[in-house]
Amino acid sequence: MDYNLLSLLIWLPILGGVVVILVGNSRPETARWLSIAISIIVFVLSIDLLSGYDSSTHSMQFVEQFSWITQFDINYHIGVDGISLPLIILTTFSTILVIVAGWEVITRRVAHYMAAFLIMEGLIIGVFSSLDAILFYAFWEASLIPMLLIIGIWGGDNRVYAAIKFFLYTFLGSVFMLISLIYMYNKGGSFSILAMHEMDLSLVEQSWIFWAFFMAFAVKVPMFPVHTWLPDAHVQAPTGGSVILAAIMLKMGGYGFFRFSLPITPDASLEFSEVVIILSLIAIVYIGFVALVQRDMKKLIAYSSISHMGFVTLGVFALFLAYKPGATEGALLGLEGAMVQMISHGFISAAMFLVVGVLYDRLHSREIATYGGVINSMPKFTGFAVLFAMANAGLPATSGFVGEFMVILGAIQANIWYAVLASLTLILGAAYTLWMVKRVFWGPITNDAVKELNDINGREFAILAILALAVLIVGMYPQPVIEVMHASIENLLQQGLNSKL
Amino acid sequence: MTSNFTIELNSLLVALPEIFLISGIVVVLLIDLFLKSKFKQITYHLTHLCLLITGVLSFNLIGNPETVIFSNSFVLDDMGSVFKVFIAGSTMVAMVYSRHYLIEQGLFKGEYFVLILLAVFGMMVMASGSSLLTLYIGLEILSLSLYTLIAIARNRSVSVEAALKYFILGAIASGLLLYGISMVYGISGSINIEEIFAFASGSNLAPRETLILNFGLVFLVIGIAFKLGAVPFHMWVPDVYEGAPTSVTMFLSTVPKIAALAMLVRILIDGLGPMHSYWSDLFIALSLLSIALGSVVAIMQTNIKRMLAYSTISHVGFIMLGFVTGTISGYGSATFYVIVYVLMSLAAFGIVILLNSKGYEADNISDYKGLSKRSPWFALVMLVVMLSMAGVPPFIGFYSKFFILQQVVSAGFLTIAIIAVVFAVISAYYYLQIIKSMYFDDSESEAVIKAPMDMKIVLSINGALILVVGLFPDFWMKLAVSLF
Repeated sequence: MDYNLLSLLIWLPILGGVVVILVGNSRPETARWLSIAISIIVFVLSIDLLSGYDSSTHSMQFVEQFSWITQFDINYHIGVDGISLPLIILTTFSTILVIVAGWEVITRRVAHYMAAFLIMEGLIIGVFSSLDAILFYAFWEASLIPMLLIIGIWGGDNRVYAAIKFFLYTFLGSVFMLISLIYMYNKGGSFSILAMHEMDLSLVEQSWIFWAFFMAFAVKVPMFPVHTWLPDAHVQAPTGGSVILAAIMLKMGGYGFFRFSLPITPDASLEFSEVVIILSLIAIVYIGFVALVQRDMKKLIAYSSISHMGFVTLGVFALFLAYKPGATEGALLGLEGAMVQMISHGFISAAMFLVVGVLYDRLHSREIATYGGVINSMPKFTGFAVLFAMANAGLPATSGFVGEFMVILGAIQANIWYAVLASLTLILGAAYTLWMVKRVFWGPITNDAVKELNDINGREFAILAILALAVLIVGMYPQPVIEVMHASIENLLQQGLNSKL
Repeated sequence: MTSNFTIELNSLLVALPEIFLISGIVVVLLIDLFLKSKFKQITYHLTHLCLLITGVLSFNLIGNPETVIFSNSFVLDDMGSVFKVFIAGSTMVAMVYSRHYLIEQGLFKGEYFVLILLAVFGMMVMASGSSLLTLYIGLEILSLSLYTLIAIARNRSVSVEAALKYFILGAIASGLLLYGISMVYGISGSINIEEIFAFASGSNLAPRETLILNFGLVFLVIGIAFKLGAVPFHMWVPDVYEGAPTSVTMFLSTVPKIAALAMLVRILIDGLGPMHSYWSDLFIALSLLSIALGSVVAIMQTNIKRMLAYSTISHVGFIMLGFVTGTISGYGSATFYVIVYVLMSLAAFGIVILLNSKGYEADNISDYKGLSKRSPWFALVMLVVMLSMAGVPPFIGFYSKFFILQQVVSAGFLTIAIIAVVFAVISAYYYLQIIKSMYFDDSESEAVIKAPMDMKIVLSINGALILVVGLFPDFWMKLAVSLF
């Protein structure tokens, strides 16, 4: 690669977003076409990144490094490995969907809406590719700003509360991460994340740093008990905001565990792995029950997101217990399962929120009780909805099954009871998703409004069809996804298992 | 004491910016006397010219070797010169923001500009004072000009009340400062900063001497803390900010902070640096109280000037934190923070002034409702300023907090850093309230924002700098550290 592909991926959408703002709200059509063009170009570039990626090595690729703030030896240092690459592709992919999904629905301040998503896309790619801790932190925090505005401007009735809660929650989580990054800089003299991986830290230091990171990432994932911002944010956010939030922003938390917690504080991660596992299991089981009683479809999916993201943290931290000397398969399965789960949840949650968005656009209600018998008036739509619901419930042959199955296999190696509790999700997930499907889609038409619903148009069909394909392909043939990340995950496993003490 | 009294022409050049400015003040005052009221614009432009030349003269002195003149009471060094450039520059920006407001409020008078120039003169003396007396005189020139400036809207009772409050409390603070000076003088036998330093760093200080030096030190710290507006000497800040005409509030919340920092450095580092371990404890207490109170109390405010007053208090807390480390980069971090603070605060008050219209002061946070529709560009500027003040990257406010925190952590005060960031998150809440009003609420008024072009341009550049310097903060950080 002769040109700075990764930088292009970060800055093209950001600058494109600025151009879209300059186009202005008075020319919505131009803004729409420009945005979709930019997002497609970025996606194509990200595919180029994928095709140029050498999956046989775990070392960072497409690396760019320039000095940025010499006072602290902070560099503009970016690169990708097998952990960040799939998430970058997921980001560029989801952004296209979101822009298409907002095409007709958003009528107010169109240019600003599109620009917010483009800028956020660039910032999130920045998060996934930063190899300098301060650069990472800057992208990490900056990505809150567009989301704050998206929820606050285009959100529902209670949007102000949700937007501010979202911002403050995540802001509070991340400042502790900043302090621990500064601590490590003062100790090691570098903000390079890769240097931090190699740094010697005592168990006490590691523990403090671990919990500081934990605050930042657990809020983002979100883990029980710091998950309460998510249902509010999801319910109030416009459909596009929910999609990005669920599909990508939550992954930033999971990514943080992969990139920071495990390699930098391996001994503390081991020390506290049971705590994290128990919190993950609570998320999986308890939040699953909470999802069951929701009356609001978006809330239900939000809670199901929390429950599914529990698998990510479970898979990551089960590795310590699953690891037996000489047999890394269990631990590896858990970690790779966590990654696959992140990708798959990106597709499924995006699809589920888009499904709700389709209904909301027509009847302006998220209440399950408003609907009933939608299949009679929207047969094509119901087909997709049921497929995604099945994927959400973890039906084999959909992507939802692969990640969860791998994590459960890993968890069995750790402790059979973890696996038993985790597999409860197959029952719970099926219960809350299918019960919702039954009440919303099946049965006779309950009211006149439902009767007059129009089935999905070509635009909606296209989005849902693409997602359906993604869910099925990853579900039936996950091997390519796993291959891309395999070398990096193996390296991460070694880093996680090598004691720094 | 004898040889120094012979003033050579050469040594006068060292004080050229001050000499030029004080002559300029006299000229402006005289010219203004003979101008008819419709030509008052001339005074305004002359004032700009004065400030510009003063700034350029100060800029030319950067890089000169350190020189002490006037019987060791006036020092020329890079720190002083750089601060003078910033003082002159930010005053000019503040004046551009004020012009329209002053005309509409009927305050566009020659006295206003002369007082501003006098205040600038006082601040420049503070930046260059190398004896306690010079510093005190500079401070008094500044303070007296400010008292009068606040009361310049003499028909508004709130302004007069604010001026009186500031005057009385300021007089007490000056008294405390003088008392401290007399203590230090009494024990060290000198008011010269360098000699005090030599005395304080003496190895065989008797316990009695240390005690009295400490006694004086406490009063000096209180005097400085009062001028900076640190808790618990902050009582005047919200009232004065609210009561003063907005243009004066803007001036008084920004430029004097640079001068106060200079005075702090002169007295506590150049002079009483050897006593650092004593005053840094005081500073820790003052900083944490300021950060805590500023962050929490601002939440309750409905008036944006009061809110910004409390926000200033919390910023001052961060600035003072930079001094607890006792290292050069620690002082540099505080200086960087002050520069950043002035940049942000000017933009914030610029927006506040922008929203004022004839006969109506848009002081309430509710006046910001729907600003993003009425004026998308300036709402964006205000968004940037508020996020920057909250310390959200990539805006410059983040790097200033980051620099301070890095210093505090490296000095081993991990707990203090954690407390500071927690309150920074709390303070984000009220900055978000402004954003909420601007972006999430619907407008109650449809009034179009009217402002002269020069103000719009400068304000836009000001806002853009908060982002651009945020993306490339290296030069400014290095500059701040190089001053010490």
